[in-house]
Amino acid sequence: MTQKTVLNEVHRKAGARMVDFGGWDMPVNYGSQIEEHHAVRNDCGMFDVSHMCAVDVVGPDAKAFLRRLVANNVDKLTVAGKALYSAMLNDAGDVVDDLIIYYLNDTTWRIVINAGTATKDLAWMEARRQDWGLNLTITERRDGNNPLGMIAVQGPNAKAKVWEVLPQVKTASEGLAPFFGVQVGDYFVATTGYTGETGFEIALPAADAAALWDKLAAAGVAPCGLGARDTLRLEAGMNLYGNDMDETVSPLDAGLAWTVDLKSERDFVGKAALIANGQKAQFLGLVLQDKGVLRGHQKVFTAQGEGEITSGTFSPTLQQSIALARLPMGVAIGDIVEVEIRDKRLKAKVVKPVFARNGKAVI
Amino acid sequence: MSNVPANLKYTESHEWVRVEADGTVTIGITDHAQEALGDLVFVELPEVGKTYAAGQESAVVESVKAAADVYAPIAGEVTAVNQDAADAPESVNQDAYAAWLFKLKPANAADVDALLDAAAYAKISE
Repeated sequence: MTQKTVLNEVHRKAGARMVDFGGWDMPVNYGSQIEEHHAVRNDCGMFDVSHMCAVDVVGPDAKAFLRRLVANNVDKLTVAGKALYSAMLNDAGDVVDDLIIYYLNDTTWRIVINAGTATKDLAWMEARRQDWGLNLTITERRDGNNPLGMIAVQGPNAKAKVWEVLPQVKTASEGLAPFFGVQVGDYFVATTGYTGETGFEIALPAADAAALWDKLAAAGVAPCGLGARDTLRLEAGMNLYGNDMDETVSPLDAGLAWTVDLKSERDFVGKAALIANGQKAQFLGLVLQDKGVLRGHQKVFTAQGEGEITSGTFSPTLQQSIALARLPMGVAIGDIVEVEIRDKRLKAKVVKPVFARNGKAVI
Repeated sequence: MSNVPANLKYTESHEWVRVEADGTVTIGITDHAQEALGDLVFVELPEVGKTYAAGQESAVVESVKAAADVYAPIAGEVTAVNQDAADAPESVNQDAYAAWLFKLKPANAADVDALLDAAAYAKISE
């Protein structure tokens, strides 16, 4: 039985093509996913992200808990509203999930975790809380009481459209730097996203989500499905849990070393294993030089040995196929490698794993 | 509702087949197939002169989200391919029955009779 977000009916009425995504019945597109992609790069689009799960972590030991729970260091969060991207690791130093943590105050934090991993993550967090005997509550805000709906409005015109529809959030959100969130009445408005464009992610009482969606649509914001969300995040070089990393992959081998704090004295779950194992592979971008489409699990042949594509697609911005790939150590930016597609080997160029942001190609 | 022209034959794997005056058959993917795949970005055509058994993989269409094999609806030899479809894959989305993929000279002309008619295909592609 697939789960439905509070916006499910809205998507179906709009004629969206629906798919099962991690157990959730979600829109993959409302027509052309390429047009939806361009709407976000050039104007403004919105995504239902209510399948993702907000988790409120509250109590006197909330900070101590998060310092041990995740690989990035919440000590970096000192200004109210500031957000931090991190991996949550298991004892083997591999990725249980990737998440965003918002710092509201020392005893009040909000984490947003992935849809398909939410049940597992919540059990993991609760077990760690008990192991460590810490005083805090972990409250999911998706399936139980007081559920939240979440809508991501992204693109160069996204903020202006949100302020047009929700003028009451303008003053509080106007000056927000990237990667911050602020609670304004019923709305939690954050400058985070998964597209490489500016915009807001808005969490609000689930019962109000459909009305906001309809108002945004009436204001000219293009409804966008998970198809465009995937091409946008891939162009922006952002990892997808389950494709680019999972419970068998170290964050160091998934391009997430920048999110892992090994400098401070702080101990966290998986730290000892990360130090013992070190980095074993590189996470880089590929641009296909021939015609075709790179896809996850295709083999990559390099002078240093075999690698694997973890996510691949056709980039609407570059009009070429692009991919994220785990490649042997020693492969360098600019190398030409070969990718096995069906019975052929096609040439691809190794690039930094960021292809397009802010409306433009960056390679 | 997807478009299923009455004058064509169909396969369960969502190819359409048109019998031409010269006895060759023209093959493409159905409107239902293009809609399910979404925006097409790559078309790989067979080589002219190659022969295929019925049901053999003979072309590939790829959308942003997925790759799909196109199967030879009947046995035969490839006599022509539509390079325009390979150059502009989106033309298959725009009109799946105009943007044909390849033509076959059937090994046995009667094989076409065993394919689905429009009514039967409309039922399975509902």
